Amino acid sequence: MQTTPLPGQVAILLADELETPPLSLGQLAWRRFRRHKMAMFGALILILLVVYSFGGAFILPESYANFAATPLRLTPPSTEHPFGTDTIGRDVLARTIYGGQISLIIGLLAVLIENIIGITIGALAGYYGGIIDSILMRMTEAMLNIPEIFLLIVMAKFFGGKIPEIFLFGREFSGSVVVIVVIIGLTSWMYLARIVRAEFLSLKENDFVLAARATGTSNAEIIFRHILPNSIAPIIVSATLGVANAILAEAYISFLGLGVQPPTATWGNMLDGANNYLESAPWLWFFPGLLILLTVLSINFLGDGLRDAIDPRSRTV
Amino acid sequence: MGRYILKRLLQGIPLLFFVSLILFLLMMNMGDPVATMGGRRVTRSSDYERLRRQLGLDKPIYIQYLYWLIGNDWAKTDLDGDGIAETPGTRHGILRGDFGTSLLARKPVLEVIGERLPNTLMLMVASEFVIILGSLLVGIYSALRQYSFMDNLLTAILFIAYSMPIFFIALISMYVFSVLFKRWGLPYLPTVGMFDPQAGRTTAQVLWHMVLPVLSISLISFAAYSRYIRSTMLEVMSQDYIRTAKSKGLPGREVVFIHALKNASLPIVTVIGLDLPLLLGGAVVTERIFAWPGMGRLFLDHVDRADLPVVMGILMLIAVAVVVFQIITDVVYAWLDPRIRYEK
Repeated sequence: MQTTPLPGQVAILLADELETPPLSLGQLAWRRFRRHKMAMFGALILILLVVYSFGGAFILPESYANFAATPLRLTPPSTEHPFGTDTIGRDVLARTIYGGQISLIIGLLAVLIENIIGITIGALAGYYGGIIDSILMRMTEAMLNIPEIFLLIVMAKFFGGKIPEIFLFGREFSGSVVVIVVIIGLTSWMYLARIVRAEFLSLKENDFVLAARATGTSNAEIIFRHILPNSIAPIIVSATLGVANAILAEAYISFLGLGVQPPTATWGNMLDGANNYLESAPWLWFFPGLLILLTVLSINFLGDGLRDAIDPRSRTV
Repeated sequence: MGRYILKRLLQGIPLLFFVSLILFLLMMNMGDPVATMGGRRVTRSSDYERLRRQLGLDKPIYIQYLYWLIGNDWAKTDLDGDGIAETPGTRHGILRGDFGTSLLARKPVLEVIGERLPNTLMLMVASEFVIILGSLLVGIYSALRQYSFMDNLLTAILFIAYSMPIFFIALISMYVFSVLFKRWGLPYLPTVGMFDPQAGRTTAQVLWHMVLPVLSISLISFAAYSRYIRSTMLEVMSQDYIRTAKSKGLPGREVVFIHALKNASLPIVTVIGLDLPLLLGGAVVTERIFAWPGMGRLFLDHVDRADLPVVMGILMLIAVAVVVFQIITDVVYAWLDPRIRYEK
């Protein structure tokens, strides 16, 4: 039976007496995210782009994307080839579909590598401090001292050369895909490492870390089970935006002809040499460029919304 | 302040040393510079060996690094390959200001870079001017009219501009302002080079050719800074001292430009100072597309031909620029904000 609280007595509401149950952190974040219209828009465009590049593969086979009909080279967009054909007569539409797959996969895998390196270095530097911190942070600064595009070019040369083709899922990929993934990962971890280090520096002073240490928890367990989950929000935001940067990095390096080698298409290498056809065949560079722009734009919107939703503290801008 | 600057400069030395070590190691797989030196002629294998010895390419990597760093005039090289080192080296090393000799141009590296550097700096200075002026205008305008139609429109446009790859900006602007304008019979902008060979290198020609490259380099930073200035201005405009300034009847312009902007400019100075050398990264792609004879293109050409001294020289100059600009940024920051004191 419900008793009315006496004056001076505080009413205690139990969870199941509330009209609406309290929201979990995830639900709260989802609410904030949903209110962010641009982020929802970004997520929608991104889903459409994924459907375009992975679903499109069911309609147009890969052999069609690599089929060179030389007499049809550089034909403008038509009903048969909606995006036109390229310099050796391949269908640009089909190539943007397969190129999209590679570009998106490169973006995701590069961010995975970036995160492994960035989190490891940031966590070690922040948690142990002292000489380890000094060495790791000097290394990070040294890497930050050279603009990323120069590092990418130098590393593309270093790891380049003849790499055997890779067969996966019954398909053939140029080995340079792996090289590009690795070098983008190797040149982009620095900011993440700094973010993770800053998180670790402040979190390790907390009482729960002291408690964990007092109960004899190992360092590795404190790092991965106690501190890392608490700093996951900025990492997720940074990883999301990192995918956009990785796709851009792939496009830049492929645009310069040092990226993924044909016949494997990416949005970036479809643009290689496109400025020679600036006037005569604008469809060559317009469609891959537009797809890169849409992807980067939607990921940036998404990352912005995610930041507001899960990591509102970090918003300084 | 003098001691602080000195301290920072001294800290820069091990950092640059570290950078040079990483980069030098990464250079080791660039390819064989001697292979392309003879042009179309096939180099005889005895000449090939001699060239490699002369250039020090037969030495292990740590010796090569040492020679690059401090020169080899104290050591003797074995040129004729009989196992006896007899010829003294001529290099002085980068620490004594000798960046080496370009393997391609057969000229001192500093001379090769010096020919191209002014062209790149021209683009950089013009771009930075456009970026700062444009983003201040847009950022302040948006902040003063927050959530107005124009503010929302500008925010949307800037977000798109911020996500644009440089080459896409370049290609689209070339297509619109050059190809389409030409087709429509309007005055159109040139797309390649620094000047029309027939008109010669006049100031007007160079300025005219600079329009599109500068646009491409500046758009991304312009978008980022505009958003940044907008948010710092918004933050400052809600401060108590702004309300005080307004309530004591100061004219709106004075409040915005003197009271607000001076305080809002603090974080902006940091961002600009740290990003300045990074603009060079954008120059690599831009110079390639617009065939602009600057340092970015020099870098690409010489990476292709494995010309290590030039490539290392460019990278080290950039690294030094980054360190110097970091220090300048900190000093300017302290000068703008009297609360900050570096000396302990």
